[in-house]
Amino acid sequence: MNAMHPAGQVWQEVCHLEDLVPGSGVALLLEEEGVALYYLPEHSPSVYALAHQDPFSGAEVLAYGLLCERDGRWSVAAPLYKQHFDLETGVCWEDESVSVRTWPVRIQGERVWLAI
Amino acid sequence: MKKRIFVVGNGMVGHHFVEQWQAQAPVGSYELHILAEEPVAAYDRVHLSSYFEHWDAEQLRLGEAELYQHADIHLHLGEGVEALDTEHRTLHTAKGCYEYDVLVLATGSYPFVPPIPGREQAHCHVYRTLQDLDAIAASAQGATSGVVIGGGLLGLEAANALKQLGLQASVVEFAPRLMPVQLDNEAGQVLKDKIEALGVQVWLEKSTTLIESGQEKRLRLNFADGSHLETDLLVFSAGIRPQDALARQAGLALAERGGICINSNCQTSVADVYAIGECASWQGQMFGLVAPGYQMAKTAVAAILGEESAAFTGADMSTKLKLLGVDVGSIGDAHGHTAGARNYRYLDEQNGVYRRLVVSQDGKTLLGAILVGDNSYYDTLLQYALNGLSLPAQPESLILPGTAAAPALGADALPASAVLCSCHNVTKGAVCAAMDEGALSFEAVKSSTRASSGCGGCASLLKSVVEHELEQRGVSVNRNLCAHFNYTRQELFHLVRVEGVRTFAELLEKHGQGGGCEICKPAVASILASCWNEHVQEPSHLPLQDTNDTFMANMQKNGTYSVVPRIPGGEITPKMLIKIGEVGEKYQLYTKITGGQRIDLFGATLDQLPLIWEELIDAGFETGHAYGKSLRTVKSCIGETWCRYGVQDSMGMAIQLENRYKGLRSPHKIKMAVSGCTRECAEAQSKDIGVIATDKGWNLYVCGNGGMRPRHADLFATDLDDATLVRYIDRVLMFYVYTADRLQRTSVWLESLEGGLEYLRQVVIEDSLGLGAELEARMQAVVDSYQCEWKTAVQDPTKRRRFRSYINAEDPRRARLEWVEERGQMIPARDITEERV
Repeated sequence: MNAMHPAGQVWQEVCHLEDLVPGSGVALLLEEEGVALYYLPEHSPSVYALAHQDPFSGAEVLAYGLLCERDGRWSVAAPLYKQHFDLETGVCWEDESVSVRTWPVRIQGERVWLAI
Repeated sequence: MKKRIFVVGNGMVGHHFVEQWQAQAPVGSYELHILAEEPVAAYDRVHLSSYFEHWDAEQLRLGEAELYQHADIHLHLGEGVEALDTEHRTLHTAKGCYEYDVLVLATGSYPFVPPIPGREQAHCHVYRTLQDLDAIAASAQGATSGVVIGGGLLGLEAANALKQLGLQASVVEFAPRLMPVQLDNEAGQVLKDKIEALGVQVWLEKSTTLIESGQEKRLRLNFADGSHLETDLLVFSAGIRPQDALARQAGLALAERGGICINSNCQTSVADVYAIGECASWQGQMFGLVAPGYQMAKTAVAAILGEESAAFTGADMSTKLKLLGVDVGSIGDAHGHTAGARNYRYLDEQNGVYRRLVVSQDGKTLLGAILVGDNSYYDTLLQYALNGLSLPAQPESLILPGTAAAPALGADALPASAVLCSCHNVTKGAVCAAMDEGALSFEAVKSSTRASSGCGGCASLLKSVVEHELEQRGVSVNRNLCAHFNYTRQELFHLVRVEGVRTFAELLEKHGQGGGCEICKPAVASILASCWNEHVQEPSHLPLQDTNDTFMANMQKNGTYSVVPRIPGGEITPKMLIKIGEVGEKYQLYTKITGGQRIDLFGATLDQLPLIWEELIDAGFETGHAYGKSLRTVKSCIGETWCRYGVQDSMGMAIQLENRYKGLRSPHKIKMAVSGCTRECAEAQSKDIGVIATDKGWNLYVCGNGGMRPRHADLFATDLDDATLVRYIDRVLMFYVYTADRLQRTSVWLESLEGGLEYLRQVVIEDSLGLGAELEARMQAVVDSYQCEWKTAVQDPTKRRRFRSYINAEDPRRARLEWVEERGQMIPARDITEERV
């Protein structure tokens, strides 16, 4: 199910809220690309979408990293070599020249939508 | 041309000379040769008897091995010097002749063996080198008793060594008291009572006249008073004599009582020949301690380099030791030989404590002291004596127990000139200077000044000086876990346990701030698991887990996982082996035998994990916790079940231990091993917990490690029965869980534990903290609440849902990865990283 947003983005429903794991991440496939969805129910915004592939290892693992807070910003720590990727910008905290793709994402009712 | 420096002898002092020389002499200006009689490089003779605890000569090695790899330094081991010609400046050994420009004699001393008839027969030993110790150990095979002739410092060390070998030890002394040089009669009596209580017999005023074959034992000692004593082996420790034979042959001037005469620059009577250490005699005095030898080495280096500064002007012979577990200290003029000296004495026969102060006639300065039973007074008294500090109005307050007014000599009371470490001659001023330059911890000060790296006796004093100076500088040491908790792991463990905290959110709300991070989340997850042992994938715990705990499998470089079923003790039926093979084949997994005697299956994708485990669990396997900071394996040899040397059922014990401690979450991973005999095929001494069978039970070793920073395990207790062994392991492990830092292996934990091994023994064996029952109950609770995490996970649909590679697609995962075949198995394509970036 697709819908046009006023800003011109195409929003697509990707999963049910129940598919998310509170405090952690899950992966989904979007046209052959892995997307990591993180869910912080107590936080606003509560859902984030980053590329699932880790640029340092090349492996699809970012959805399974630990979520870390530092000075109010949240990141995911890559499970293999532990670099942090900012949940809002996708920029690597240790090396700002490296970043991963991010997607606008929102929860509507019981459904999770991604802008593609 | 390079100056040719030759050192004869590679004992502790000879080694120290090489270290000092290498640090100070201009590179390229010299070549340094060391001719050593012994076949091994310099080792720590002060701690020689510890060899009987660890049996590892490497642990006694002095300094860095790289020192002797230096291009200009040549160590000739097993090459004793046979002749010295000072006229032609040549040295002759069995292998050849060397010309020198400068010669340093560091030949040390040899043990004096009294000329008693029969002294040269088998099972008569001396106690000086590693070879001597090996010979004593060989002699102890089949022996039940051993006698040391000589009740001095080294004699008591030797008696302790015999005791460690399991022998009934006796000490025979010619004088009317033990340690006649350092102690007076009262002190000698207290020491005698104490060590007799430890099971060592003491025979005083016995002059041995003949050693002959015994009736019931190998040897019989006949004494001048007509009495006799039988024993299986004998160790002579009747003092040392300077090894001056080479100097004598070469015509160097010798002292009346032996020893090579030296002046304050350590020069002998012949130009360009120096002598240092126990072979030297300064103003007719020989120095049988390591600290004066080190000072001579420094002096000789300075003199040879043409520098002035460091003349050798005698040395303080104060000494502090633990003999057979009894504290003994002797400072300065302990016997009060100084004219007009006055004494204060305190004697407590009930507890075996004696202290004596020798003060000047005017009562203002401390001349000497004797301590038995409690050395905690030593550091303060030594500082008074060495620095001439003014004594308090009532000097006795320094040695009376429980005197509230006893003025402890704090770190700030010491003058900058106070020598803290006499082995390396480091003053308080030097420590402060090192701290000014940025050495802001005990370890940093130790490595930059070398203080406390000799005998280690000054460690507690140095620590208090460093801590005091840190305070002065306003440095507070931050040991907080991370920005989210202003507590150490140990403190958090206490809060969780005492307040019954069950979740990370609760702990964060009560005692933390912010949202948590990759440091505190897994650390708290581990604490919660150690305390309450709930499933790591419960919704509240799941977001806390580190990479491998998240999916209870080990993530590999391409994002796939490896699976390790538990194989307790490495024992597995052919049927179970076949099952692993079938599973591996079905899911195309790469298989390898691990170092821990089990099988690792690589290359599983997330969605395959529950399927694989379902099959393994059906076949009777359990999770191996290869992914957790928890017990990994208990490695074992086959033991008496099959082995013709085995003395206990090591397989049975390994399986019992593995099944008891499996699932215990701890600050870091734990490895164990059980060996069925002293041949130690299971390599238990490199494990956190090592168990080695004896013919009487089990010896327990603790806190060993292999890996990046190997550490030999320490012998903790001997000849334990099964129940006591398990009780001690319960206590050691749970105390580790209570007190270690996050990700701290037991080896580092023990080294950071104040009081070290002895303290751990007190806590575990003597229950000094009264924690024993609690630690055991905690462990029993973990054992009783064990579950196979994977069995629970595959049976719970909610937990199982998490094992989906993609929440919106059936498994195309394995197909999306790149594989190549190598030696018949599938492995990740090597260029995966390059291709994907």
